[in-house]
Amino acid sequence: MSSLSRRSILQLAGGAAALPFASALPGTGAAHAAASGTLTIAYNVNLPSFDPTIGVSAVNPTIQSIYQSVFDPYIGQAADLSFKPGLLTKWGWNEDRSKIILELRKDATWHDGSPVTPEDVVWSLTRAADLKGGNPIQFVWSKVGNYKIDGNTITGDVLEFEPTLFKWMAFLTGYILPKAYYEKVGAEGFEKAPIGSGPYKVDAFERNAFLRLKAHPGYWGGKPAFETVVFKFITDPTSRVAEMESGGSDLTFEIPYEEFDRLKAKPGLAGQTKPVSDIAMIFITDIDPMLDRNVRLAAHHAIDKKAIVDRLLKGYGVPISTLEAPGYAAFDPSIKVSYDPELAKSLLAKSGYSPEKPVKFTIQTTRGFKPKDYEMIQAIVGMWRKVGIDANIEIYEIAKHFELRARHALAPAAFYNWGNAIGDPSTSTGFAMFGPSPHCAWKGKDLVERIGPLWGEKDEAKRIAGYKAVDKYITEEGEVIPLFQYVQPIIHKKGLKVVSQSNGMILPQLITPA
Amino acid sequence: MRWGEIIRRLVLVPPTLFGVAVIVFVLLRVVPGDPIAMMIPPGASEADIARLRALYGLDQPILQQFSTWLGQVASGDFGKSISVHQGVLELLLERLPATIELALLATLIAVVLGVLTALAGILLRGRRAEWAVDGGIGVLLAIPDFLWALILLLVFGVLLPWLPISGRVDPQIDVHLHSNFYLLESLLTGRFAIAFALLHHMILPALALALPFAALVARILKASLTEAEDQDYAQIARARGYSRPDILLHEVLPNALIPTVALGGVQVTLLLGGTVLVERIFSYEGIGNMAIDAVINRDFPLIQGLVLTFAVLFIALNLAIDLIVTVLDPRLRHG
Repeated sequence: MSSLSRRSILQLAGGAAALPFASALPGTGAAHAAASGTLTIAYNVNLPSFDPTIGVSAVNPTIQSIYQSVFDPYIGQAADLSFKPGLLTKWGWNEDRSKIILELRKDATWHDGSPVTPEDVVWSLTRAADLKGGNPIQFVWSKVGNYKIDGNTITGDVLEFEPTLFKWMAFLTGYILPKAYYEKVGAEGFEKAPIGSGPYKVDAFERNAFLRLKAHPGYWGGKPAFETVVFKFITDPTSRVAEMESGGSDLTFEIPYEEFDRLKAKPGLAGQTKPVSDIAMIFITDIDPMLDRNVRLAAHHAIDKKAIVDRLLKGYGVPISTLEAPGYAAFDPSIKVSYDPELAKSLLAKSGYSPEKPVKFTIQTTRGFKPKDYEMIQAIVGMWRKVGIDANIEIYEIAKHFELRARHALAPAAFYNWGNAIGDPSTSTGFAMFGPSPHCAWKGKDLVERIGPLWGEKDEAKRIAGYKAVDKYITEEGEVIPLFQYVQPIIHKKGLKVVSQSNGMILPQLITPA
Repeated sequence: MRWGEIIRRLVLVPPTLFGVAVIVFVLLRVVPGDPIAMMIPPGASEADIARLRALYGLDQPILQQFSTWLGQVASGDFGKSISVHQGVLELLLERLPATIELALLATLIAVVLGVLTALAGILLRGRRAEWAVDGGIGVLLAIPDFLWALILLLVFGVLLPWLPISGRVDPQIDVHLHSNFYLLESLLTGRFAIAFALLHHMILPALALALPFAALVARILKASLTEAEDQDYAQIARARGYSRPDILLHEVLPNALIPTVALGGVQVTLLLGGTVLVERIFSYEGIGNMAIDAVINRDFPLIQGLVLTFAVLFIALNLAIDLIVTVLDPRLRHG
């Protein structure tokens, strides 16, 4: 340890005085482009935990980009939501669907150089299925057990048929962790020094500040283009915009659309957008006055979704009529709900309501949680007023929304956004509209009877057709109001080629110099 | 302040902290937002929800939850964070030094700026330029710290991109220090490159926190200086032929400092509160930034730990300020 001498104090004082000027010199300031070979991403959320399989962060879709940089999912997912080989090269059921068969690739290694083994796969699946393990998706993983290993092939007994099992293997908590390393260092040791088999290994982590990754030289998918990737955790959108303008980061996303349009017009920056698997919707709770079908349908027909997208979201959104967005497995373009205020008026008139004698209820919304959420609800309330619906807006925090939804205590109408990165109807219509689900606001038996049999349906074509029929029924009955599919704005420096993902992930391994 | 007073204040610390603990514990459970509701996975059954609630001890009556938590805190265990999966105490010890260093730097900047502005104001007393000083102080005071943060971010991060606007240190630098007091340790161990990098990142958030504080210091000190300068001892010194700057620095300033330290000290506690938003805007990794995440995630154990930490800091600061005022004011020192 060196002592602080008079000379060093003078040096420091001189240096401090020169600091603002020194930083203005070319090549020394944060304003200049990141070092060659380094990709810096201004990321919108903090990384609470490194274990991608347990706790709240494991089911937070916005963190998955980081997890998928360090860890490999069992099964990969292409930009269009389709599935592709990941650590598993083959997967499927046997003929009578009593077993699953998985084949592990042979050339994958952990970041410490040791090979990824079938034992790692079985340990990860067994750990995920453990009731006491803390995996939030345990209810899926526990439906398979009694694994057996033969070479690089793993078989497991289906304890209860889960049609979406392999889709989950590409998403939340569907990651393979290193058995030997984890058992050696324990949970806390793993948090401090995690290793995975993904394209990047953890190099440095400053909580709430940044995560620095280095390319994994032995990655089975080939070495990524950037040797170093830095995720800067900048949760405030204004700060992310400033970070791009200052040149401190190479890429950011989830910024206001107005800022996106402004930034993409600036020299040195480029912007791209892509509809992602996240939709805006209004939950309908089956309480008075929403027990009246005419009111529900009128509320839906009175909303001009295109006008909302065009005027409030600057065109960055895709109006939808069901909870299935284009690209989802059960998307049915033939199901449409027209914007028809006259129809809305006539429906309300059948129930004795009019603009002079409106039906009254409360609509809940967040304010600032999603782009223009409150403004959107204000616009909708204005549209409703014209046809005979007098809605009172109640603003709440997202935490309150979750609490109320779990208690089935939401207002008759409640704005929310629903993500579905695997594009399966069970994870959109299924969980959002099936009465026993804690995420469902419409608890009616009609949907319980229709969705219930689809959970364990082994015939995939029949299952998808079943969900399409349910979506059609929901639309005809007006039991939910889907609004639009979100579009993700990405701003990056010119000279980068970014592959936008339909699931909204920003994967550094797919970003290359143009 | 006499020893008896100090002991009395110290004796009051545990009941004060107990009161804070009761308020935060009850409030968290009364206000809307259930941490379990936020982590319910799709497809979870009632049994799954009940299991999660039991896992975090939230299935117990509030009184029992409180007594369990209090017992743990008394033994140095602040519980485990729901969102971060780490011990709350470990997290606080990891992040608190960053906030303390930022607050110290902000206080230093505020005191230097405030004192210089007040001295400039008093030297210009009666002239038109005094209005400019008073006007400047008014502007600095009128704009809250978080707005200063945004202004500084836009000016020095975007328009004149001179300084970094996020984080505590450059991600390309390997810090490798023993403590989490990065700035202090790097200065004390002569690792000036790291110290510069840290100062480089801290200067804007510190300035945002410092500007309103500096204005307050300037306003109080200028008023005290004006009052003290009219006192007999100052007039006598002037009659003896001492120069005005001499009188101001050696006679007037020591007396004028007492009310400034007393009132300015209160502002230090407010400055600590201000770190929450300013740290967020500059993505600075202190406990303020962590507090926002804790609230968003309804991470009860972490929020409780953070509030207790802030309470301890406030109490310690107030005590320290009282002691400083006692040292400065012989009337208090000698009863």
